[in-house]
Amino acid sequence: MALLQIAEPGQSTNPHEHKLAIGIDLGTTNSLVASVRSGQANVLPDAQGRYHLPSVVHYGANRTIDVGFDAKANAENDPENTIVSVKRFLGRGLKDINETYGKLPYTFVEKENTVNLLTSQGEKNPIQVSAEILYVLKTQAEQTLGGDLMGAVITVPAHFDDAQRQGTKDAAQLAGIKVLRLINEPTAAAVAYGLDSGQEGIVAIYDLGGGTFDISILRLNKGVFEVLSTGGDTALGGDDFDGKIVQRILANAGVTEELSAKSLRKLADLGRKIKEQLSDVDSVDFNIDIESQQLTGSFSKADFEAVIADLVKATLRSCRRALKDADVEKEQILEVVMVGGSTRVPYVREQVKAFFGKEPLTSIDPDQVVAIGASIQADLLVGNKPDSDMLLLDVTPLSLGLETMGGLVEKVIPRNTTIPVARAQEFTTYKDGQTMMAIHVLQGERELVDDCRSLARFVLKGIPPLTAGIAVIRVTFNIDADGLLSVTALEKSTGVESSIQVKPSYGLEQNEIADMITASMTNAKEDIQARMLREQQIDAVRMMEALETAMTEDNAIVLDEERVVIEQAIEQLKQATQGIDGQAIKQAIKNLDDTSQPFAARRMENSIKRALTGHSVDKV
Amino acid sequence: MRFFDLFELPVSFQLDNELLLERYREIQKKVHPDHHASASDNEKLLSVQKASEVNDAYETLKKPLTRAEYMVAEHGFDVRHEQHTIRDGMFLMQQMELREELEEIESATDVEAAFDRFYSDVKQLINEYTAKFESEFNQSSFESAADAVRKLRFIYKLKEEAQLLEDKLLDF
Repeated sequence: MALLQIAEPGQSTNPHEHKLAIGIDLGTTNSLVASVRSGQANVLPDAQGRYHLPSVVHYGANRTIDVGFDAKANAENDPENTIVSVKRFLGRGLKDINETYGKLPYTFVEKENTVNLLTSQGEKNPIQVSAEILYVLKTQAEQTLGGDLMGAVITVPAHFDDAQRQGTKDAAQLAGIKVLRLINEPTAAAVAYGLDSGQEGIVAIYDLGGGTFDISILRLNKGVFEVLSTGGDTALGGDDFDGKIVQRILANAGVTEELSAKSLRKLADLGRKIKEQLSDVDSVDFNIDIESQQLTGSFSKADFEAVIADLVKATLRSCRRALKDADVEKEQILEVVMVGGSTRVPYVREQVKAFFGKEPLTSIDPDQVVAIGASIQADLLVGNKPDSDMLLLDVTPLSLGLETMGGLVEKVIPRNTTIPVARAQEFTTYKDGQTMMAIHVLQGERELVDDCRSLARFVLKGIPPLTAGIAVIRVTFNIDADGLLSVTALEKSTGVESSIQVKPSYGLEQNEIADMITASMTNAKEDIQARMLREQQIDAVRMMEALETAMTEDNAIVLDEERVVIEQAIEQLKQATQGIDGQAIKQAIKNLDDTSQPFAARRMENSIKRALTGHSVDKV
Repeated sequence: MRFFDLFELPVSFQLDNELLLERYREIQKKVHPDHHASASDNEKLLSVQKASEVNDAYETLKKPLTRAEYMVAEHGFDVRHEQHTIRDGMFLMQQMELREELEEIESATDVEAAFDRFYSDVKQLINEYTAKFESEFNQSSFESAADAVRKLRFIYKLKEEAQLLEDKLLDF
């Protein structure tokens, strides 16, 4: 007989209990964490009762790292070491950053596959900086919820490309967070809105944040959230409004010289303050010292609207494109939901209203709705709602293709294709005896390679030397439910295969992440070994429970000889779980997984049949 | 896996889109990775593969052109990846006329009206060749059915070009 197991308080491995899961909105300006407790989704406050954490990280001279409000307070005094809006740099090259954002108060160091920020604590890349923010949110959630987290759903702008998504996931891994899913911010907002309002029909989510803009058109139907199309710009947000104000002030004052980091930070803060005040008043006076000059004057609402008009117009162009892609007319839109702090700007609301011909919905909290939606999805993914009918069907925001002769891009998966998706394309050699083929994966809408974002390059070797045009190379793109891409290439006559997990041009290698975790001050405090063992135990229990339920439910399709080996494998896993050898548990999990694979496949097919049988009966 | 079988629908070009959508949703509720998030690695992989397959099947059957392409491909005429020259003189003439019409839109006095006219001409041709495809397919003349699908591909391509031009001309 097995000994009774008693778990430490808050560390129960009992899978029947409510599992702790969180939703994180990792924003450009602010970040939030939410969780479903007693059936209610709420944003979790910090110890001071504040609901948001400024996405600011300060690297102090004395090796301290401050995140949030404390870091923000340092931004003006120590701008080089205070990283603000780091999300804008994620998955980006230096050329890209310079072209998009102009002069910033940081020293960038370009490395082979990352762009680092030079701080008083050495070089930090945007993934590490993001991880600091995530770590604080995770810790805060663990303290509030009182236990270990099963995982988190993290939101990303719908228009994030593969490198930016991978960067977000890597940051979570660095922070010791298990990512259940990356979901798109407007989709998360739609979930929160849809479940709360009970509305069914087509809705538009207009999401203008600090640094990014998304528009998504969704169809809501009985718990199914189906994204019909999405559009946007990952480099357009409230920060750009601030920047336009600053540009105008500097131009009016005739300032053309290089400005110090301190002045740049001061000006950016001034721009933001002016913007925020203009939501309530018609004109704002300012008085600011930069370098040796004093800038004074006033900035009116009309000035503001004039400088941001083009940016707002660009968002509406994306809206029109998204409607067209969804094959939906404006009149069919039931509701336009405003999300993101920048939708507080009255001019934005007016323009959106004029475009859609209806009053946009501004009654839901534009800052909290994304985190809340993410927490609802997290609750579902950890299995707290086994009977839920909720389903999110999202799309890929950008087309994916391959480079072909002449620097052209051959599209393999067009934008707005529902994910997960697998698509294959066949290519052939163009020279006699060619034995290698370079495969270049691109993301974007344009026809020329130079106008798209290069995601990855790899070489397929070992093609049999044949006459040009004879060898057939089949390249398969897979986009998973997180929106992440993997590519495999196969030469058909020989079966030579080459597969890559697309490693973005700007990102970290898996071993770099591992090194960072070991080296990081914050995580070294925890006993990684013990943590891994606990995770393995939880996984094991969860798996055994799931399998036992499955075998009871689908008892009829379990083969007799199969039942014997599965039960043996379960027994082995049970024994391993009693021990403290994490590796042995892992091995036993793998063994049980492989043993039960044919049953799992049969069960999946069976579930499809059953889903439809119910309907056929309805129809008769 | 046969796409029509997956949704338990008869192999027919005439399709109840609402029913297809409804069945698509029911199946995704079972196989989608979100409903297997805490499952074992093998099952997760299985779920991603199945969900991808179901998405592909739904996308293919949803749209008339891809549905027709799929139907003839099932009978050995895969027109999606072939280099094929159409030699039908009358069809080529129709194509040339449509192309001229498209080129002249840019200089038309009323661009929107010109687009409307163009789309209506395109629609007529689509209806004509769709009917041809259906009747050939129903008589099991798959080679002739495939020929009609090839022509439909041309017409849809032209329609796509017109939409790109429309975006360009009408302030996108």
